[in-house]
Amino acid sequence: MSVKKYIGDAWKGAASLLKGMRRTGYYFTHHKEIITQQYPDNRNELDLPERFKGEVVMPHNENNEHRCTGCQVCELVCPNGSIKVIFKNDLMPDGKKKKAIDKLVYHLDMCTMCNLCVENCPSDAIKMAQTFEHSVFDRNKLKKVLNKPDSKIMDGVE
Amino acid sequence: MYRETEIIKDFSTDGNGDMIINVGPQHPATHGVLHLVITLNGETIKKIEPHLGYIHRSIEKMCESLTFRQFIYVTSRMDYLSAHINNHACVLCVEQGMEVEIPPRAQVIRVLMDELTRIASHELWWGAMAMDLGAFTPFFHAFREREAINDIMEETCGARLTMNYNVPGGVVNDLHPNFQKRVKEFLELYKRKVHEYDELLTENVIFINRMKGVGVLSAADAISYGCSGPVARGSGVSCDVRKIYPYEIYDQLAFDEVLETDGDSLARYKVRVKEMNQSIKIIEQLIDNIPEGDFVAKTKNVLKLPKGEYYQRVETARGELGVYIISEGSTMPYRIKFRSPGFSNLSVLDKIARGGKIADLIAMMGTLDLVIPDIDR
Repeated sequence: MSVKKYIGDAWKGAASLLKGMRRTGYYFTHHKEIITQQYPDNRNELDLPERFKGEVVMPHNENNEHRCTGCQVCELVCPNGSIKVIFKNDLMPDGKKKKAIDKLVYHLDMCTMCNLCVENCPSDAIKMAQTFEHSVFDRNKLKKVLNKPDSKIMDGVE
Repeated sequence: MYRETEIIKDFSTDGNGDMIINVGPQHPATHGVLHLVITLNGETIKKIEPHLGYIHRSIEKMCESLTFRQFIYVTSRMDYLSAHINNHACVLCVEQGMEVEIPPRAQVIRVLMDELTRIASHELWWGAMAMDLGAFTPFFHAFREREAINDIMEETCGARLTMNYNVPGGVVNDLHPNFQKRVKEFLELYKRKVHEYDELLTENVIFINRMKGVGVLSAADAISYGCSGPVARGSGVSCDVRKIYPYEIYDQLAFDEVLETDGDSLARYKVRVKEMNQSIKIIEQLIDNIPEGDFVAKTKNVLKLPKGEYYQRVETARGELGVYIISEGSTMPYRIKFRSPGFSNLSVLDKIARGGKIADLIAMMGTLDLVIPDIDR
């Protein structure tokens, strides 16, 4: 009896191993069902969804104008302090001084892409970009100024 | 931390050929910086001491300096495999104090995302545990289905793992227009491929022999160590928070609490595999019945919780997660405490591994489904 059981167990064991091997062999012969992507080679075809949170950017129009009023909501709401707004005084044509943003400094190395700044921005000045390859050789390169040089605030944005 | 002198002391007291072996903090089988100091007699385990603290980021203390809207994102980094469920627990706890009615659409979206996260987490566990046991193929099969879920998350929430999709009062964005179509595609894919799991692992004779009778945890021990989730349910302890303390719309849904009574590694394995099917069942009930309406309730810009204590428990993929907030009436929590499932589940490792063989330790650790950042926080 025990010899019979031993042979039976061995037979069942071999059958179960072959069952798994058959599944592996199936994919070996059916190349079309393999879904692996060759990542660095398919960089151009990568299609990331528009909601993907890659990094914070500030869109500018063709006249080098942005929508940021410098209200500092993004700076207040950021949990890690990755955004810092620096002000300057613009001289208006009528001689008065007007406060405007000089630099909106964004520390990508501290950012956790929680999207709170974009959610809370009252004038839609910043948004999330779909880039994700952020590695650089120097840490200082992760400190970014979001507004372009000599950019101005768009007319009609308060 | 284990000091050098203690190790020498242990050596000197035994004097009968015991060996102390360190598994981790960097070890491919521990999935994170878990450090186990194992006392061995030959191949038999005499004692296991887990040493924690390698990935302690003081998340509880960090949360005390963040407002009630800000602290939710930090909790994604605790149990990163069920990040959405962690966020869910926190917003539920904050909403207790806000006294705001959550729109039904937001509730359904949250539950749908919870169950998708649960399946993704169990898929990763399934693949990673098989890889620890030496089978490399199941890993890729599990990641194929998990990738489909991650794509759904990416499209609707904007991130694959740390979603940060919950806000007090609802969710951040409405569902993506493609959401229902993509989820139905995933359900179809899962049902077409789920038999491969049985073929590759559940019916494999080597796998069964390595799991059966290994790391037996009795129901009494499971209760006394505070185990929860699939670890306790594998020992026959009914502890599903979704059934016992229903939150959101779980009391209106038809699903079973999976229970196994053997208490060994194979039972815990079976619980998780069957739980995936139950999650599929929940998603099928909800996916065609998402109510119309708002996805977020109107809340005040500056959130202040009234003075008091709030506690909320949810069922994550690993067990019961509790969030305890004490508010002094300001915009930040005065004290916050997380009851993480991983910590209690790890504490039982010494109990179940004593007297076993060191080769079986990987099977036991695999079925406990430890996520180290959740244990250390």
